[in-house]
Amino acid sequence: MALRRVLALGAALGRRSCCSKPSLPPDFVEALRAVAGAPNVSTAAAVREQHGHDESMHPCAPPDVVVWPQAVGQVQELAALCHRCRVPMVPFGTGTGLEGGVNAVQGGVCFDLSRMDGITELSLEDFSVTVEPGVTRKALNKHLRGTGLWFPVDPGADASLCGMAATGASGTNAVRYGTMRPNVLNLRVVLPDGRLLHTAGPGRQPRKRAAGYDLTSLFVGSEGTLGFLTQATLRLHPLPEATAVTVASFPSVGAAVACTVQVLQAAVPVARIEFLDEVMADACGRFSGKGLPVAATLLLELHGSRHSLAEQQQQMEEIMRQNGGSGLAWAEGLEEREQLWSMRHNAWYAALALRPGCQGYSTDVCVPISRLPDVVVETKQDLQASGLTGPMVGHVGDGNFHCILVFNSQDPEEAQRVHAFTERLGRRALAAGGTCTGEHGVGLGKRALLLEELGQEGLDTLRSIKAALDPHNLMNPGKVL
Amino acid sequence: MAALRVLVGVKRVIDFAVKVRVAPGGAGVQSQGVKHGLNPFCEIALEEAVRLREAGAAQEVIVVSLGTKASQETLRTALAMGADRAVLAEVAEGVTAGPKEVATALAGLVGRLQPQLVILGKQAIDDDCNQTGQLLAAMLDWPQGTFASRVELDSGSVRVQREVDGGLETLRLRLPAVLTADLRLNEPRYATLPNIMKAKKKPLEVIPAADLGVPGGSPRLKVLQVQEPPPRAGGEKVENVQDLLGKLRQSGRI
Repeated sequence: MALRRVLALGAALGRRSCCSKPSLPPDFVEALRAVAGAPNVSTAAAVREQHGHDESMHPCAPPDVVVWPQAVGQVQELAALCHRCRVPMVPFGTGTGLEGGVNAVQGGVCFDLSRMDGITELSLEDFSVTVEPGVTRKALNKHLRGTGLWFPVDPGADASLCGMAATGASGTNAVRYGTMRPNVLNLRVVLPDGRLLHTAGPGRQPRKRAAGYDLTSLFVGSEGTLGFLTQATLRLHPLPEATAVTVASFPSVGAAVACTVQVLQAAVPVARIEFLDEVMADACGRFSGKGLPVAATLLLELHGSRHSLAEQQQQMEEIMRQNGGSGLAWAEGLEEREQLWSMRHNAWYAALALRPGCQGYSTDVCVPISRLPDVVVETKQDLQASGLTGPMVGHVGDGNFHCILVFNSQDPEEAQRVHAFTERLGRRALAAGGTCTGEHGVGLGKRALLLEELGQEGLDTLRSIKAALDPHNLMNPGKVL
Repeated sequence: MAALRVLVGVKRVIDFAVKVRVAPGGAGVQSQGVKHGLNPFCEIALEEAVRLREAGAAQEVIVVSLGTKASQETLRTALAMGADRAVLAEVAEGVTAGPKEVATALAGLVGRLQPQLVILGKQAIDDDCNQTGQLLAAMLDWPQGTFASRVELDSGSVRVQREVDGGLETLRLRLPAVLTADLRLNEPRYATLPNIMKAKKKPLEVIPAADLGVPGGSPRLKVLQVQEPPPRAGGEKVENVQDLLGKLRQSGRI
């Protein structure tokens, strides 16, 4: 029927060129409907637009059609179909990325995987759980309520866990619990031609393994360019028995960052250590209505048993005092702690509130801790010299910080200054031995910096891997490489 | 520490995140094989009681439930959150109990356990009745502070701030009293693994519900029918504002 006609057509269609956007083969959308069901396929303009952008500044690039597969078998059939017809495919989770990862710059089919939302194979003894793309990190933690376990990776958005695996996401807890990479035990991947791959073998979740090339790690952070992550097996952690949070202000950015370095060197197992520069502290304080001193600020959290917590608190207080930190009251109750952290989590909106009507762009460099003080201070000087509004917030425990640049994207001169600033920042981080992206990914905007970071050999190796798995460049073309 | 004993009533309900479906026949919803958990308002009630004990205002927190054997799991979760001991008023599989039956069981337990304060959730998220606390207070002839958003214990009395339609109302009730917890009373803690381990050893007593005076037979409230709302009809595009106004008038909306 329609499907056979399209498959026959597909064989004759040939390669799509990199810069063209030919229209879809005739009867292609019908073929998609035959697999997924008519209500699960849409060519409506509003739906396509919604799926053509994420939370970044990259202009919307809508796909030609959006499909909602209900099960992995459908993902496989749809992928095989697109593969035969050489139609690009773009995976879509929650659309909360920050680097244009879902923008369909070459059109094609957007696979919205959010309807696949099963949570299966929860093992309290093995500390693992398996989730599909429709499950977000907050939904998983709510599901785990009462088990004593949690999943600690917490990027700002309530993102899809499989999406977080695709971008190699991180969050405020990474300094102690790690980013996505060490916390993904297995991935069920649909390859571009529709074949199914379990990166650690079907149904396996050993806590460690030495069996062959680490495919799981390859697909984590692949940003949809190697296949669809249709299921992830995640490592869970026990909830801490006791938690304490404190906010401390410092006389200078250098002092706050130096304090962080010392905390890490003293091997205090800090769970979260977040930095706000004085502009960010002021903005967050005003946005939340709570008020923070307008100074370089550290917001940190300790986890442990009752005894070990008291010890950690003592160590922290000493180090903070040595660096001129002030305001060291500890919050231990749940509501108090949540209030303090929501001040930090609303940083994006607090920054935008500094200049209503403007857009925001978040930089994302990560440098070795030893170079952090210099890089941060230089970046602040660059911000001031460029006349830009860019409050800084960061996971300083990992050497990772973000400048939230708030600017008028309609003003070409300011947009140019922002662009130049972010290039300089990326290069400054690379010169310091760091990376141009600590957690947001390469997406559309950092491909040039990726070459500088990895070098030609590095990039060529990535290209070989891409060519081996996706020879026709159908998976999320235009991203990463 | 004050010698105050707090009784907390909890209910095992279908987890709030589950997409509920009408059961075949329309007499209820599908509950077989579906995730269940502690009713969120009961969790808040329990959290408040545990905080009172941690602050030294209460000495013991006893958590109780009326339900089938499966409710034991729910009581273990409550013990992991910090209750000292648990009692299950057990009913047979397939038996449903409404607010009157639960209030009767609770009144029986109050007689046996002699608490000075009873805290319940304001309502269960499956039936949304919002009756049990009020019925219990009437049966015991105790004062009641419902929709509590703030609780402060004094000696011999409790100050309750209630969320009412007009705003916030503060009452002082002489103990013993019944309170029902509203959403903003507190943020319940997550049970940690060490506490879950400890909870396995805490006492959990099972009493047949009939022993507490709960009548057998069907509950006072009978669900006649449950149905899903009508499926959403497709929208319609119109060419201009006149057409829009015409359609709105036609359908009686303006």
